[in-house]
Amino acid sequence: MMGIYAWLLLLPASVLLVTFTHYPTVATFIHSLFSNGTVIRPSRFVGLDNYRAVMHDPVFWKVMENTVLFALGTVPASIALALLMAVWVNRRIPGRAFVRLSYFTPTILPMIAVANIWLFFYTPDIGLLDQISALFGGHGHNWLGDSRTVLWCLIVMTIWKEAGFFMIFYLAALQTHSPELEEAARLEGASRGAFFWRVTFPLLMPTTLFVFINATLNSFKLVDHLFILTKGGPDNASNLLLYYIYENAFSFFDTASAATLTVILLAMLAAMAIVQFTVLDKRIHYR
Amino acid sequence: MKRPGSSVEALAAWLLAVLWIAPLVYAFWAAFHPSEYAVHFNLLAPLTLDQFREAWRQAPFMRYYFNTFVLVTMILAVQLVLCTLAAYAFARLEFWGREVMFALVLLQLMIVPEVLIVENYRTLAAFNLVDTIVGIGLPYMASAFGIFLLRQSFKTIPRELEEAARMEGCGIMGVLWRVYVPTARPTYLAYALVSVSYHWNNFLWPLVVTNSVETRPLTVGLAIFGAPESGVDWSVISAGTLLAVAPLLIAFFLFQRQFVQSFLHAGIK
Repeated sequence: MMGIYAWLLLLPASVLLVTFTHYPTVATFIHSLFSNGTVIRPSRFVGLDNYRAVMHDPVFWKVMENTVLFALGTVPASIALALLMAVWVNRRIPGRAFVRLSYFTPTILPMIAVANIWLFFYTPDIGLLDQISALFGGHGHNWLGDSRTVLWCLIVMTIWKEAGFFMIFYLAALQTHSPELEEAARLEGASRGAFFWRVTFPLLMPTTLFVFINATLNSFKLVDHLFILTKGGPDNASNLLLYYIYENAFSFFDTASAATLTVILLAMLAAMAIVQFTVLDKRIHYR
Repeated sequence: MKRPGSSVEALAAWLLAVLWIAPLVYAFWAAFHPSEYAVHFNLLAPLTLDQFREAWRQAPFMRYYFNTFVLVTMILAVQLVLCTLAAYAFARLEFWGREVMFALVLLQLMIVPEVLIVENYRTLAAFNLVDTIVGIGLPYMASAFGIFLLRQSFKTIPRELEEAARMEGCGIMGVLWRVYVPTARPTYLAYALVSVSYHWNNFLWPLVVTNSVETRPLTVGLAIFGAPESGVDWSVISAGTLLAVAPLLIAFFLFQRQFVQSFLHAGIK
């Protein structure tokens, strides 16, 4: 009897979850094994051909390299900044409310708005960055048009957007630490630096791991800014995996490649999830 | 006792804070001054609202506001109902397959709808829901995150409360409405703020689904308006950007504490 109730309560949510999460996940796998259908040539089973094609696509490797670089560039830096911000905001400094507000505000803005604002900083010659560098005798530089600088421009902007969000996780953790600990360390003559590295930082380790996993998962999904700033260019120098999937599906109409690339993205997400379940102590955050 | 170095730290914290807010302050500067002052900082520069008028004239912001408002409200309303029902089942009912079902729900925490744009677009096309606001909302309405949060919250409610309500003749719906929903109010508030912020700012999936002014939310409208090839003046883009983020930003400034608490509450569960 209870079972029937339970299933009735779950029914509406389950229907939607199956339709938009489970079914499309399975369908993506299946479609990645079929060729693109046209009016004259219907789609047919091609085994792993799509995967072979993707592996031979130099753009794919460029995109993968960018995606990994983007994660490596944004995640550790924003975590470190977030930790620094949290430690500062957690102390009784004058004007703490303003400082916290300022760190957190970028989090509330959509990536599109952020990109609009930062676009002007990176604009050659008239942009703010070039104006500042001109003060020091620098020359105009096409920051987003140069394949050596474009990804770094996106990384800096993303760190600005994300650090404040990760800060609040550290703040929450820091607020559970008892002030007696620091008091005791101070009486023992430990410096603040020593206290941070010997006590605070190790105590924050579970938070750091939690934020690290989530930040990495999140970095694979952050592509909105590309639509405004670079469209993946120049010459795919800033193209990221999810954006490349979008291009394949909705610009090149190559849905077989898009499905294949989606499977690769799903595998990356799954790998991170496995790390989460094996490395992280589940009880800390899930009970 | 004031420790040496603490004032240096406070100064550093302030410097970083000023640096962090600067891009937004700059957007305000550009939007409220004539465009010739976009890169000339002068405290005596005249203030103007012309950029806002121009932005408002060049893009149907009113329509975009309306679309985003409908989208965000609709998603939240359906999420609250569906997640409450499912969360109660997972928190309080014993049934065969509960653990497996719960694991299947949690899968959505990892495989968010953005990742599945290609297949979900196909599905929407099959249901004839491309370019509809309902279509943008559907993949998000059953939220694993919401189910998870509410389940955690429901589990902390004493069973005695439920039993007392049952003694007075409440059915499952009565118990949910009279006991669980009121007790879990802070969780609902936290979830609502996170959901509204997320969908107000969401871009990729709405971009894929919509192709007309009648359905486009603010973010998609802003992206088209601000695209470099549209040749719009920089200051006008700043004004348009501020128009798009204003409601959420104002709400955030007014209810800062609730926002931060909600993100925290939602984040560490």
